Amino acid sequence: MNATPRTSDRLATLLRPGRSRALAGFALAAVLLFAVAPVLLSPFRLGLLAKFLCLAMVAVGIGLAWGRGGLLTLGQGVYFGLGAYLMAMHLKLADAGPGGVPDFMSLYGTGEVPWWWEPMRSPAATILLIVLVPAVLAGLLGWAVFTRRVRGAYFAILSQALAAAFAILLIGQQQTTGGTNGLNGFRAFFGYDLTDPVNQRMLYLIAAGVLLVMVLVARQLMVSRFGELLVAVRDGEDRVRFLGYDPAAVKTVVYVVAAVMAAVGGALFVPIVGIISPADVGVVPSIGFLVGVAIGGRATLLGPVLGSIAVSWAQTTVSEQFPSGWIYFQGALFILVIAFLPGGLASLVRRRRRGGAAPPDPRDDDAPTDPAPPDPAPVPHTEGRPA
Amino acid sequence: MRLRTPAATRNLGGLSLAALTVVTLTACGAQVDSPGADASAATGTTCVDTSGDTVKIGFLNSLSGTMAISEQTVHDSLQLAAAEINADGGVLGKELEIVTEDGQSEPTVFAEKATKLITSDCVAAVFGGWTSASRKAMLPVFESQDSLLFYPVQYEGLEASPNIFYTGATTNQQIVPALDYLAEQGVESLFLVGSDYVFPRTANKIINAYAAAHDIDVVGEEYAPLGHTDFSTIVNKVKSADADAVFNTLNGDSNVAFFKEYSNAGLSPDEMPVLSVSIAEEEIGGIGVENVKGQLTAWNYYQTVDTPENAAFVEAFQAEYGEDRVTSDPMEAAYDSLYLWKGMVEKAESFAVADVQEAADGVSFDAPEGIVTVNGDNHHIAKTALIGRIGDDGLIHTEWSSEEPIEPDPFLEGYDWAQDLS
Amino acid sequence: MDILLNQLFAGLSLGSVLLLAALGLALTFGQMGVINMAHGEFMMAGAYTAFVVQGVIGSAGVSLLVALPVGFVVGGVLGLVLEATLIHRMYHRPLDTLLVTWGVALVLQQVARDVFGAPNVDVTAPEWLSGAVTVGGIALPKTRLFILAVAIVCVATLSVALRSTPLGRRIRAVVQNRDLAEASGISSRGTDRLTFFIGSGLAGIAGVALTLLGSIGPTLGTNYIVDAFLVVVAGGIGQIKGTVIAATALGLMQAFFEYSTTASVAKVLVFVVIVAFLQVRPQGLVTVRTRSLV
Repeated sequence: MNATPRTSDRLATLLRPGRSRALAGFALAAVLLFAVAPVLLSPFRLGLLAKFLCLAMVAVGIGLAWGRGGLLTLGQGVYFGLGAYLMAMHLKLADAGPGGVPDFMSLYGTGEVPWWWEPMRSPAATILLIVLVPAVLAGLLGWAVFTRRVRGAYFAILSQALAAAFAILLIGQQQTTGGTNGLNGFRAFFGYDLTDPVNQRMLYLIAAGVLLVMVLVARQLMVSRFGELLVAVRDGEDRVRFLGYDPAAVKTVVYVVAAVMAAVGGALFVPIVGIISPADVGVVPSIGFLVGVAIGGRATLLGPVLGSIAVSWAQTTVSEQFPSGWIYFQGALFILVIAFLPGGLASLVRRRRRGGAAPPDPRDDDAPTDPAPPDPAPVPHTEGRPA
Repeated sequence: MRLRTPAATRNLGGLSLAALTVVTLTACGAQVDSPGADASAATGTTCVDTSGDTVKIGFLNSLSGTMAISEQTVHDSLQLAAAEINADGGVLGKELEIVTEDGQSEPTVFAEKATKLITSDCVAAVFGGWTSASRKAMLPVFESQDSLLFYPVQYEGLEASPNIFYTGATTNQQIVPALDYLAEQGVESLFLVGSDYVFPRTANKIINAYAAAHDIDVVGEEYAPLGHTDFSTIVNKVKSADADAVFNTLNGDSNVAFFKEYSNAGLSPDEMPVLSVSIAEEEIGGIGVENVKGQLTAWNYYQTVDTPENAAFVEAFQAEYGEDRVTSDPMEAAYDSLYLWKGMVEKAESFAVADVQEAADGVSFDAPEGIVTVNGDNHHIAKTALIGRIGDDGLIHTEWSSEEPIEPDPFLEGYDWAQDLS
Repeated sequence: MDILLNQLFAGLSLGSVLLLAALGLALTFGQMGVINMAHGEFMMAGAYTAFVVQGVIGSAGVSLLVALPVGFVVGGVLGLVLEATLIHRMYHRPLDTLLVTWGVALVLQQVARDVFGAPNVDVTAPEWLSGAVTVGGIALPKTRLFILAVAIVCVATLSVALRSTPLGRRIRAVVQNRDLAEASGISSRGTDRLTFFIGSGLAGIAGVALTLLGSIGPTLGTNYIVDAFLVVVAGGIGQIKGTVIAATALGLMQAFFEYSTTASVAKVLVFVVIVAFLQVRPQGLVTVRTRSLV
């Protein structure tokens, strides 16, 4: 796997020159993902890693929306679920063959494919819709609430209720969504046999590639003008408005980006894990997405990704040994990090690094310059205080 | 790694990493349509090691999350059966080595852990699962890995996988006898209450078909979302519909709220009995005996069943886990499942999946509920159906029995009225 | 007609349950901008308190009445501990508080599971609450009347306390303008603690009351928390009035939607109505008039 370092060199020139450290980290991640992991891990563990990578894609989006934009979204499960279900519908229809009916529909439903499943017969339409549907929903919803200045905890609660409603809706439509069973038992992914280990590995590589691309996109957004505006909105929305920008537009855009990333993660989750059910998209998993982001470091570029992967990995392995101990551990870690280390573990790394040498030029630091981001609009609804 | 195109990488630049992986996808891997697909798809090369003195089996139950309430009990009785079998010399002279995994009440986790048990731990068979969702999630795993799952809970039928043995009741051993019983009691109208998920919806589909053929009016059908806490509206609907009986397929916690509301609203088992198919001894304590006494249940086993095997089972269970513990149908079915697997293995004189499947037909066990026998065609178990009434002591007492084991018929092929169901 | 009245009562009753669950939440949220996700677990603690008290006292008739104040104290003390150890460090990070308290909720659930066991436990309803009162042809379950009464008493006590005691004046002053209140010599620290105690205590009372209706298990709180939040958000903060109206409205909507459709659809419809409502009034039903930009 000697292609990767060279790849990174190219990336260096493609992106911005002189960001050697960020790129070194990126190259290292690429080597680990593409060369080391497939060699070291058994097919089963590699499959698990692939699943974690999908969850990490959601985390990248949350890192942008929450860490950089201050939008605490407790409902990313909705977009994850939309992407996942759209993909699952396509795989089901493809398994059923042209004009066929997915098995569960004849078992539990009327035996007819509803009209809103039909577009998913086409692979191209499916891929398009996986991006479009969450983008449009997030765009409409975001625009509606942000222009009305619903923010802070109000937005968090609304997004949580959205996740609750989405899960209930999925469960209630058993004939067309599989209900609590969800959709599973896929045989092929765009024609490739899913039981073949070679194809499973290929799915892993796709997930790794997509995740890396997402991280790149996130990085570009962060260092762009938009990224600066985003942080400004987080830290002082009114000031941004006075400067003539529209904070609602900024928030809507980042919410849409996060939604699309979650949807893509969901879409890849389906062929890799082989099942999607309402248990993966409701209130609890939606908050669960935040755990890794918070622990890793919400406002950094790689913190959410690494945190998310680490938490998923720990959950799988530790819970194998101590089912109930894991909950205490996870809860305690989460509490401690949020309460005492709001910048996440990433801020530890940076603190140590800054301790020795002179502080680096912030422009060269690809992570944000504020290790412990304050919440947007502190105590948003304790009225009476001029903002 | 099959990235064999470094030249392309150089030329395309870094941003094409994703594209690269897509390109390589075309380079390898079996397509479903290609002729070689079958050969490569069969990953049936098992890693089960039976050369030593032990053989590994997996227990996969939810030990955390919302289903832990129920599944912990199944886990306990599986452990009991394993300990008994080991004390008695094991299976084919080999001691059972248990690998326990936590399904965490999530179907996705069940699928993941099943894969782990089969491919990493190399177990000879897996025992567990509770919700239909968990079984449906595991089914493709067991079929593609060609391994065995023993599923211990009554379920909605319409399924028969060569890789799953269903040791709980299918619909014609629980729901159909319950309907027969109600019809025999002169019930002419029914109200259906269930949780909003697969089992109740399928069960109610069957009930509707049965009712249509037997002159029973279904006067209402209501579903509550899982975790629903307020049943006043549903109970109002039940009350105003004034049916002869209520058929209850609610799951878990919902039963508590439902029965409290039911008795608070002044409805009693005398005027409108509720027949439940998901309430066992274990749940009665949580609902409160005063709220459910006199109501009916349909199962294949109660703690009060009068057989010597059951007396021994209850005694052993309480000695192990405490005098205050009760035994229930799914626990007993799980206990049976381990013994039935033992019977199949010993008949086959092999742990290999194909041999066990081959030998399965006719294997029987003197279970606490009475004799149970494996049906080799559909992998279900012939069981006796029992309608019970909840007593003041919090136990369930048999009210009516099918007297002899009913052959399993998961697709209800032997019932004329059920022909349009699947 | 009967069914209409029945549903009206069902809606009011559900509203009173939601109100009990949301009242304490609204208080702490209004006072400190703190969203306490562990509020549901305080309710669970209250419910288990009722179970323990019944075990100690034995008689169901007395134990319920004893459990109400004990539940209040248990919930309140839990709240105090939470406030003192974690929340007061994070008053300027309300969203982080939300997440921290979610972590606390996770841990509390597991504690309950380990202490009381995973299976549900049962609290026997007292004899004097069994059955129903029939008024004008419709049967009103006594337990639901009792909960309605508890909710009314809680709201009445709380509003009297807020309006006419020195303590209440302090709380209202801090809610309306924290800085100015501090400048006027009010200890906002002490007021915060007290508010948290009362708010969490109300959760304890709610938990005790809920034992009459549903299951008592480790996940009791999670079943109510999302609805309780919606009540708070829709009701607006700063005044109890908003919470009362929102809880009643939500209860009635759920009951009537559920009657004409199904329980699942009703829940989704209620959500849609709330989102639409927040479009019209982003700060909820009732707001304290201020000069802030928000």
